[in-house]
Amino acid sequence: MTAAPADAAPPSVPGAGARRPGFGALLLAEWTKIRTVQSTLWSLVLLVLLHLGFTGLLAAVFAAQWDSMNEGDRAMIGEDPAGFFLGAGLSYSQLTVCVLGVLLIASEYSTGMIRSSLLAVPTRLPMLWAKAVVFAALVLVLGVVVSFGSFFLGSAILGDRLPVGLGDPGVLRAVFGGGLYLAMLGLFSLAIGAIVRHTAGAITGVIAFVLVLSPLASLLPGSLGDYVHGYLPSVAGMAITAAVPSDDAVLSPWAGYGVFALWTAALLAAAAYLLKRRDA
Amino acid sequence: MIEAKNLTKRYGAKVAVHDLSFTVEPGRVTGFLGPNGAGKSTTMRMLLGLDRPTSGEARIAGHHYSRLPAPMRTVGALLEARAVHTGRSARNHLLCLAQTQGLPAKRVDEVLELVGLTDVAGRRAQGFSLGMGQRLGIAAAVLGDPEVLILDEPVNGLDPEGVVWIRQLMQRFAAGGRTVFVSSHLMNEMAVTADHLIVIGRGRLIADCSTEEFIERSTDKTVVVRSPDAERLTGVLSGEGGKVTAADDGALSVANLEAARIGELAAAEGLVLHELTPRRGSLEDAFMELTRDTVEYGTSAAAAPAGQAAVPAKEETR
Repeated sequence: MTAAPADAAPPSVPGAGARRPGFGALLLAEWTKIRTVQSTLWSLVLLVLLHLGFTGLLAAVFAAQWDSMNEGDRAMIGEDPAGFFLGAGLSYSQLTVCVLGVLLIASEYSTGMIRSSLLAVPTRLPMLWAKAVVFAALVLVLGVVVSFGSFFLGSAILGDRLPVGLGDPGVLRAVFGGGLYLAMLGLFSLAIGAIVRHTAGAITGVIAFVLVLSPLASLLPGSLGDYVHGYLPSVAGMAITAAVPSDDAVLSPWAGYGVFALWTAALLAAAAYLLKRRDA
Repeated sequence: MIEAKNLTKRYGAKVAVHDLSFTVEPGRVTGFLGPNGAGKSTTMRMLLGLDRPTSGEARIAGHHYSRLPAPMRTVGALLEARAVHTGRSARNHLLCLAQTQGLPAKRVDEVLELVGLTDVAGRRAQGFSLGMGQRLGIAAAVLGDPEVLILDEPVNGLDPEGVVWIRQLMQRFAAGGRTVFVSSHLMNEMAVTADHLIVIGRGRLIADCSTEEFIERSTDKTVVVRSPDAERLTGVLSGEGGKVTAADDGALSVANLEAARIGELAAAEGLVLHELTPRRGSLEDAFMELTRDTVEYGTSAAAAPAGQAAVPAKEETR
């Protein structure tokens, strides 16, 4: 490998021509970061495959079993077919968003990239906010698209038994809600990744919140259990993907999403505080 | 210009850097020397705002690093530990950094060319050798055409050609009136690179002087003399204040007398000399001597209490 001779350009005057680049520059930089690692592409491909795959699979299973199912089961799905299609996909595809959200920041720590990032943005917080905005926007767009895909796929398979349209009450909100839920979950995971800073630990933490806590909380006795369960981040957040809220729902769709947003905001605030305070 | 004022960093009970003050002037290469674990990296990380000092402060070009409007356009830094996402290509790594500073994408190609990584710019950094990794780090450091360069162990992993290249880069930067602050634990490399030295041991300042002065004041100068009449010569030289030690092979090692003076004395006495060689300790020797008591991970535990470790070492070797 040969190197060009060291360049000895005339020294620049301190700070000359160097204005602080705006937030737009940081958004562009974070977009470059996220689109130039392969884990992003693979996670998002997996998100689409899992989402559509499980919606399709469950819809197909129910279609095949329809005649042998009892009335109770049919009624349960029939109450909110849109919510059923979305939920079937989301339950699995959300894991990829959890992983990607954590990786986005934790991989900077594991590779040492964080030091370059913080040398570039020594005030630190704008880097975190830019990352959050870019990631949330990316997941929101993809999440809405895949939610529509999931809805149409599900209704194509089960539509003759469970007629449902985008014009039905709450359906459009639920489909967009699928994207909103994933975007917020992305921020939730990003915040935990920023707090924990270790990929494996952070992923475990997020999964614990999303998958483990909710069945545990339902074990709590009586109405206490219902409330704790209902206010858990992923349970509250998922409320927005139900076109017709079920009778035992503790929170309405938007209230649930608000609770999820509060969880996320609290974690992001903790992440910001720690990022500012800790040695990199 | 870099100013460190009473910088102190504690990790729990352990003091990594203790009350360290120094100034790095522009227009010359300043070496930052110390044994492994002396606190060089920690000091540099505090200069760059990555670590928060327990007390004291650091300024670069008159500002705290975090107050610089586009920091990479004022300060270019290479850290000892790798600071690259291994899944990203060299070009994209530099591109995302350039974007944070409002630098155009063509600057990325310029620095890739400068460090000789153009051919592998599209390859992911995880396949890079240590030397290529260092070159990529240096590309990031010079990306913003900075006025101040802070390089932590830049020759690590570089082949001989790379070592010469980075040395020339630093010297040209300094010759252009810029500030260059470079750490190393390799004394001989610093002897040929640095004009000025800041030496630390166990987080404390040991020396802050020109490289020449550092060698001058911390190494013994001796003259090796051979003579068929070693016995008489020893007497003559001792009489003139020379400190003579005889080696096994018959050579004499003389301290406290210049070679010229020894020659004159021998001629005056009519003594034949077969050899008259001035010897000077290397910078390596000087460094070992100075930091002997301050080596953090020495083989024999340094018994001196931390508070006294550095200063007496300096006095003894004068």
